[in-house]
Amino acid sequence: MKKVISANQAVSYAVVAAKAQVIAAYPITPQSSIVEMLAGFCATGALQAKFINVESEHSAMAACISASVMGARTFTATSSQGLALMHELLHYASGLRLPIVMANVNRALASPFNLKADLSDSLSQRDTGWLQFYCESGQEVFDTIIQSYRISEKLLLPVMVNLEGFILSHTYEIVDLPEQSQVDLFLPPAPARECLDVDNPCMFGSTTDYYINFRYKMHQDMEEAKTFCSEIDAEFKKVFGRDYGLVSTYLCEDADLILVTAGTIAGTCRVVADRCRARGMKVGVLRIRMVRPFPGKQICEPLRKAKKVAVIDRDFSPGCGGIFAQEVKASLQGINCGLPVYEFIAGLGGKDVTDKDIELIIEQTHNMPNRGESTWIGLLK
Amino acid sequence: MYEIRFHGRGGQGAVVASTVLASAFFKEKKFVQAFPNFGAERRGAPVVAFTRVSDFEIRERFGIYEPDCLIVLDSSLTRRKGIVQGLKEGHWIIINSDKKPEDYVFLGPYRVATLDANTIAQEHGLGSSSVPIVNTTIIGAFSRATGMVAIGSIMDAVRENVPTHPEDNAKAAREAYEKVVF
Repeated sequence: MKKVISANQAVSYAVVAAKAQVIAAYPITPQSSIVEMLAGFCATGALQAKFINVESEHSAMAACISASVMGARTFTATSSQGLALMHELLHYASGLRLPIVMANVNRALASPFNLKADLSDSLSQRDTGWLQFYCESGQEVFDTIIQSYRISEKLLLPVMVNLEGFILSHTYEIVDLPEQSQVDLFLPPAPARECLDVDNPCMFGSTTDYYINFRYKMHQDMEEAKTFCSEIDAEFKKVFGRDYGLVSTYLCEDADLILVTAGTIAGTCRVVADRCRARGMKVGVLRIRMVRPFPGKQICEPLRKAKKVAVIDRDFSPGCGGIFAQEVKASLQGINCGLPVYEFIAGLGGKDVTDKDIELIIEQTHNMPNRGESTWIGLLK
Repeated sequence: MYEIRFHGRGGQGAVVASTVLASAFFKEKKFVQAFPNFGAERRGAPVVAFTRVSDFEIRERFGIYEPDCLIVLDSSLTRRKGIVQGLKEGHWIIINSDKKPEDYVFLGPYRVATLDANTIAQEHGLGSSSVPIVNTTIIGAFSRATGMVAIGSIMDAVRENVPTHPEDNAKAAREAYEKVVF
């Protein structure tokens, strides 16, 4: 049934539809409404799950790990400083190969204090062994949570679903909430896996010289994830009629200039690309949906024929630049095509990225003969 | 594309108004988007919220700077500097006020509709006498003045989305529809 809801509500409905069994989470703006809603569903019995109140995000992840080791389908949600506090345990979750699903509502890290959208919080966790998706609509948020349980329970790797704070989390739009029977068809109960058994005690995550082999196995499974996630996406389409890809392309086939970005900025880029086309300027848009594993091949293929690429980052690695720009450049290196990549930092700390900003980015990329240092959009005078 | 900006005070329900109005348009097969002006909320402090309506999928993911309509939940906000900023000439301003539309000519070259939403909301038991919750009431007035969305859609959206006293809220919207002056 189609309803006008916020993306945070979409997260909550998706967790109910996925029949999560254990939820442990600590509220933080702008994620709080997810926790409030799920706590309500657990209290009323709308969701037959154990809701564990915790005193911090570190404890939330510890509880999820414990529940997952016992075989439960688990969920947590956080944001910004909360995710940072979880950091240590994110490694435990992936190292123990636990299928935990988390929603992270992207918010700028302090200091200075800021409640608004910025992808730096989750991108600074990209080396923790979690798969990472970045969404651009409430519908995609709902669908990706459902997909993530299938993915994590097959690969035995945790999945982080990211949505930008306020711009997505608090924006109400039309979301099609599928029938439970449809979701059950796509997402059956989790397949059996090795779990902690009190009658047959064993140790999880002990000291071993095989550490490097465990990492290699994780690497292999991350590589497999690219294929598997595409397959799951195709299967999802068969049931629900919607798919997203690891990347999504718009008018890239014949584009001279391709805008590359993640999250909600992509929507505005498509509006501006259409305007450019009307003026005879061939602009395309490539949105990166999956960041870990990084779908380098799927990104390079559409870019190959372009003359220029502009990467727009709502994130920033001090001393280096936009994180997506670095990843894209590293992937392009592999195909040795010499494509110039122009780097733009925009929208940090929830700064609005308007159609005019995107027009400025296109104009600058078009006019600059050589790519220089990254250009910052929206600095206050 | 039709874009609406709400001005209210924390506690009046401006953000909910933006989402309920979006739901009403959705009932008429429109694409919609509603969002608050992001930030920390405080009771009594000025609050801004937005609703976007379109016949096509809404891909825009940035703020609204040149609205087609203003809905003002607290008449004292009309005295704030920049209240009409970006509003297109000749477009509607719906104000919760016991004054007449002509009393607001100072705002500029716009069409003004007024209604005493405080009294209507209180008569229907919405909120308290110090802070009547006028959000559902004022969107009834929006329906009548602008003709953009049917009052039936508004009342249905109110019934479905307002958690407490949905029927009283729907009736208040209906009364505002009948009593708005423009």
